[in-house]
Amino acid sequence: MSVLAVRDLAKAFGGVQAVRDISFAVDSGELLALIGPNGAGKTTCFNMLNGQLRPDHGSVTLDGREITGLKPRAVWRLGVGRTFQITATFGSMTVRENVQIALISHHRRAFSFWPRARDLYGAEADALLARVGMAEQADRPAAVLAYGDLKRLELAVALANAPRLLLMDEPTAGMAPKERVELMALVAGIVRAEGIAVLFTEHDMDVVFAHADRIIVLNRGELIADGKPDAVRADPRVQQVYLGGGSTFGHAG
Amino acid sequence: MLRVDGLNAHYGRAHILADVALTAAKGEVVVLIGRNGAGKSTTMKCLIGLLRPTSGEIRFEEKRIDRLAPHAIARLGLGYVPEERRIFTDLTVMENLEVGKRPPRPGLQPWTAERLFTLFPNLGEMRNRPGGRMSGGEQQMLTIARTLMGNPACVLLDEPSEGLAPVIVEQMVETIRKLKLEGLSVLLSEQNLHFAALVADRAYVIEKGRIRYEGTMSALAEDEAVRAAYLSV
Amino acid sequence: MTLADITIQLLNGLAGASSLFLVAAGLSLIFGVTRIVNFAHGSLFMLGVYIAYSLTDQFGRGSPLAFWSCVLAAGVAVGVIGFVVEILLLRRIYQAPELFQLLATFGLVLVIKDVVLKLWGPEDLLGPRAPGLRGAVQVMGKSFPEYDLVLIAVGPIMLGLIWLVLNRTRWGVLVRAATQDRDMVGALGVNQAWLFTGVFALGSFLAGLGGALQVPREPAQLFLDITVISDAFVVVVVGGLGSIPGAFLAALLIGVIKAFCIGIGDVQAFGTTFSFSKFTLVVEFVVMAIVLVIRPWGLLGKPAGEPRHTAATEAPLKPLPGWLVLGFAGLGAALLVLPVFTQSYLLILLIDVFVFALFAASLHFLMGPAGMVSFGHAAYLGIGAYAAALMVLRAGIPMEATLALGPLAAALGALLFGWFVVRLSGVYLAMLTLAFAQIVWSIAFQWDGFTGGSNGLIGIWPPAWAAEKEAFYHLSLVLCAAGLLALRHIIFAPFGAILRAGRDSPLRADAIGIDLRRHQWFAFTLVGAFAGLAGVLHVFSKGSISPETLGIARSVDGLVMVLLGGVQTLTGPVVGAGVFIFLQDEIARRVEFWRAILGLVIIVLVLAFPQGIVGFLRGRFMRAAA
Repeated sequence: MSVLAVRDLAKAFGGVQAVRDISFAVDSGELLALIGPNGAGKTTCFNMLNGQLRPDHGSVTLDGREITGLKPRAVWRLGVGRTFQITATFGSMTVRENVQIALISHHRRAFSFWPRARDLYGAEADALLARVGMAEQADRPAAVLAYGDLKRLELAVALANAPRLLLMDEPTAGMAPKERVELMALVAGIVRAEGIAVLFTEHDMDVVFAHADRIIVLNRGELIADGKPDAVRADPRVQQVYLGGGSTFGHAG
Repeated sequence: MLRVDGLNAHYGRAHILADVALTAAKGEVVVLIGRNGAGKSTTMKCLIGLLRPTSGEIRFEEKRIDRLAPHAIARLGLGYVPEERRIFTDLTVMENLEVGKRPPRPGLQPWTAERLFTLFPNLGEMRNRPGGRMSGGEQQMLTIARTLMGNPACVLLDEPSEGLAPVIVEQMVETIRKLKLEGLSVLLSEQNLHFAALVADRAYVIEKGRIRYEGTMSALAEDEAVRAAYLSV
Repeated sequence: MTLADITIQLLNGLAGASSLFLVAAGLSLIFGVTRIVNFAHGSLFMLGVYIAYSLTDQFGRGSPLAFWSCVLAAGVAVGVIGFVVEILLLRRIYQAPELFQLLATFGLVLVIKDVVLKLWGPEDLLGPRAPGLRGAVQVMGKSFPEYDLVLIAVGPIMLGLIWLVLNRTRWGVLVRAATQDRDMVGALGVNQAWLFTGVFALGSFLAGLGGALQVPREPAQLFLDITVISDAFVVVVVGGLGSIPGAFLAALLIGVIKAFCIGIGDVQAFGTTFSFSKFTLVVEFVVMAIVLVIRPWGLLGKPAGEPRHTAATEAPLKPLPGWLVLGFAGLGAALLVLPVFTQSYLLILLIDVFVFALFAASLHFLMGPAGMVSFGHAAYLGIGAYAAALMVLRAGIPMEATLALGPLAAALGALLFGWFVVRLSGVYLAMLTLAFAQIVWSIAFQWDGFTGGSNGLIGIWPPAWAAEKEAFYHLSLVLCAAGLLALRHIIFAPFGAILRAGRDSPLRADAIGIDLRRHQWFAFTLVGAFAGLAGVLHVFSKGSISPETLGIARSVDGLVMVLLGGVQTLTGPVVGAGVFIFLQDEIARRVEFWRAILGLVIIVLVLAFPQGIVGFLRGRFMRAAA
C-alpha cells in the first residue's frame, strides 16, 4: 500500500485555480520528485500535504489514514517530517541541542520545567547525528555550520520522530554539485533502509534525474506527467513548458 | 574595466574573502564559479559597496571604489543584480524601472523602457503590474532590466540561474549574450557549470574565499583535475 | 442623544482626526523608510505646538495670512529640527538593532521635554484664536467653531498631497522603493542618506504642522509628547504600518469614537453610572486591541517581511563556569551581611536595585529567550503592587499572603492580555503590550474611589517583623535572588529551550510539532507573575503607590535596564538595573534638568555600546582571550 495517497486535491486563491484535481501516490522507500515552472502550484501542493493549507476538496491519506485538513503539528505527530528550501534550524543552539529539541517535542516533554534540556535524550540525538554523518560536529553552534552540514542537520531533525513520509522542499538548493549528489545519496540510503517515502521538489535536473525513482510534473496547477525519469524527460509537453532544450543541465542519467 | 587586488572581507570574526584578485575587460563575460558559501556573493557585495572590505583595492575604470558608498559606485557605471531577485514588489514594472533610471553614459546607447521591452517582451505586456504578482522568471528579468536603466558599463549578476526553470535559464543565456553584444562587461557568479559554459569567456574558481583557478572558460571545461578538485562535478 | 448631538460629535471627531492623521502619517513614513519607530514623534508635535504658540502670539494676531504663515512656519521649523536630528543622531544608528534605535529616540523625548520646560516654563499656554475664523457656524441648530470646519478639510487635503508626492514624483517612487528594500535602492545609484534625511524632515514637518494647527484649539502643555505619541502609535498600528490611507482611516475612526465617548458622558444603567467620558483614555487602545486581533496587520497594512538586518545570533547558552558560580555566591553572601556594616541610605537604594533587577530579568526573559519585546511590562509590576496595596488596605490581608496573591493577580492580568499579545509579533506585539499597559494605567488613574486615582494609595507598610529596614532588606534580597535563580533555571529547562528554539525559527518549531503560541502565552503569564512579585516588594518598601508605577516611562525604564546590560546575556539585566538605579539616584539628586541628562546618557550609551554593557565586556574579554 502507498504511504502517501493524494486524490483529486484542489485549491483556488481568489478565483485563480492554483492546484486542480491532482492525484498521485508515493510508496514506501520511494523518492518521488515534483517538478514544474515557478508558480505552477508546487508550493501550494506541498502546503496542503503538510497541513499549512486546507484544500478546497480532495483527500490526502497517510498509510491509509485521512490527514486532510489537520494542523501541521498534528500531521507531524502522525509521521510527516519536513525540510525547507532555506534551512530552518535553531541558530543559538548547538547541533546536538537542535536534535534534542525535536526529541523533547516528540516525547511530549515541551512543558517540562525541572531537568535541563541539554540533559535529555542526548544519546538518542547523537545516534541520529551519526546517521547523517554529523556526530563530530555535535557540540558546534548551528549558526556556524557550512551550508551542506546545515542541510544534514535538518535531515537529522526531520528524522527525530521516526517519520513515515519526508517532504523536502528543494533539498539541494544552494549546494555545490558534489554535495548535492552526496546529500541525496544519504537520503536515498536512509529512506530505503527504513521504508520511508519521500516527496521532493527540485530545480536541479541533474539531482532529479539521478535520484528520483519517479517524477510528477505540475504546470498551471495541473499534473501533466507522472512516470519514470526517462519517460518524463522524453515527454514533448514537459520539454516545452519546463525542461527546454536541456542545454543548461547535465546529460548523465 | 574592473580590477580587484588583494581583497579581504570579514563577517564579524569570520574571514570570508582572502586575497581575491580578478579582472574583467570591456565587453567581456567573466564568471566566478564556486559552491554556496565559497565567497561569490560576498565578492559581489564588496564590489558594489554593500559590504566594506577589510583590505584590498577595487578599481573600476581606473578609479578606486572600495571606500565608496553603493550609490556612488552605481553612479560610476557598475550595475548590480542581486541574488534572490529583490524587486520592489509593491511597485509596478514601470516604477521599478524608474528607481533604476540614471542619465545616459557617453559611448553607450542609452536604455529606455521601450528598448528594454524589446529585450524582455514579457515585461512590456505587464507595465502596470505590481512586481509581487509576477512569476519568478519574470521577476528575474525585471531585476536585470531595472539595473540596465542605470546605463551601466559593467553588470554584476549574482547567481542569475538559481531557482529558475530550465526553460527560463535558456532565456537568461540569450539575454547575457545580447548584453555582451551591446558592449557591456558582465561579471556573474554561478554554481551551474553548464550555464556558465554557454555564456562566459573567462572563469575564476573560488573556494573558501580564495581564487583557486583562473583561465578561459574552454580551458576550464577541459580541465578535469580543477573541476574535480574545486567544483566536485 | 438627538441627531443634532450626533452630528456635532461626528464633526468634533473629524476635526480632532486631522492633526492626529498628520502626526501618524509622519511616523508611518519615517518607519517605512528608516525602520525606526520614532518615539520622539510626539515631542516633535509638542515642539510644533509651542513654536506655533510663540509665533502666532507675536505675529499671527493681525490677519489670516499672518496667522497661517505662522502655522506653516512652525511646521517648517520642526522639519528643520528633524533634519538636524537625523544628521546628528539617527544617521549613526541605522545599523543598530531596532530596540536601540527606539531607546535613542526615547532619550530624545527626555531631552526635548526639558528643553521645552526651560524655554517655555511649566504653565499651560493658550495661543490666539485664528483671525477670520473666530466665530461659529450653526449646524442643525447648534454652534460649531469655524476653525474646526477648516481643520476637517485639512486632513483629506494633506492625504491627497502626500499621495501625489508618493505616487506622482520620482522622489515618491524612491521613497516607496526604499520602504521595501533600502539597500537595493542604494545599489541602484540612489543616495540613501539624503533620502532618509528628506523623509525624516518631511515626517517631522507633518508632526510640527499637526501641532501648530492645534494652537487655537488647545493649550500648549508639557505632557503632550507622551499622549500624542501613544495616540499616534495606535493610529499607525490600527491603520497598518506604512499605510498612509490606513493612518487616515484609523485617525478618523479613533477621532470619532473618542468624540462620541465625550459626548455621551455619564450613562445610568443597571443601577450604576458608567462614565463614557472617562472611557476616552482607553477607548483607542480597546479599538486597537480589537483591530489587531481581527486583522493582525492593521486595517490597510500588509504582513511585514522578515527584517534584513537581524542582530547577530547568540552563542549557545552554557551553564556558568565554577569560578563564576562561586563569585555570585560570594556576592550574595556579602549582600546578606552588608547591614552589619552599614545602616545607611545604601540599603534603601539596594532594595530598589533588587526589586528592579527582578523586574528587568523578567522583562529580559520575555525579550531574550521568548523573543517578545514588551513596551508595557510595568503593567504587571503595577498590577502586583496595586493588588497587594488594595488587599492590605481594603481587605486587611497580611503582607505574607500578598506575596503570593499579588504575583497571582499580575499573572492573571498577563494571562488575559497575553492571549491577544501572542497572536502578533515584532513591532505590532510591542505596541499591543503598550496599549494594554495604558489601559491598566488609565484604570488606576481614573478610578478615584478604588485605586485612589492620581494620588494613589498610601500607608502600605510591612508587618512588625519586617518593618525594620534591615529585615525588609533581607526579605527583598532573598525573594529577588530566588526569583532570579528560578527565571534562570527555566531558561535552561525544556520549556525555556523550546521558547528559544521558537524564537530562532518559528517555522522549524512548528514543523516539529511545537505549539509555539501556547508556549509564548504561558511564558508571558509566568513573567507577569515575577514582575508582580517585584511590584509587591516595591509597594511595601515605599509604603505607597501611584499610577506612575505602571506608566509608559516605567516600562521604558525596564527596557533601558535590559538593553543597558545587554539583551543577549543572562546577567545583563541585573547589572543594567544596578547601573540604572544608581545613575538615576545620582543625577536626580544633583541636577535640576535630570531628565535631559538621563536622555543624553541613554543616547551616548546607545552610540557607544550597541551590545549593552555586559555584552561589551564579554566581547572585550573574548577578544582578549582569543
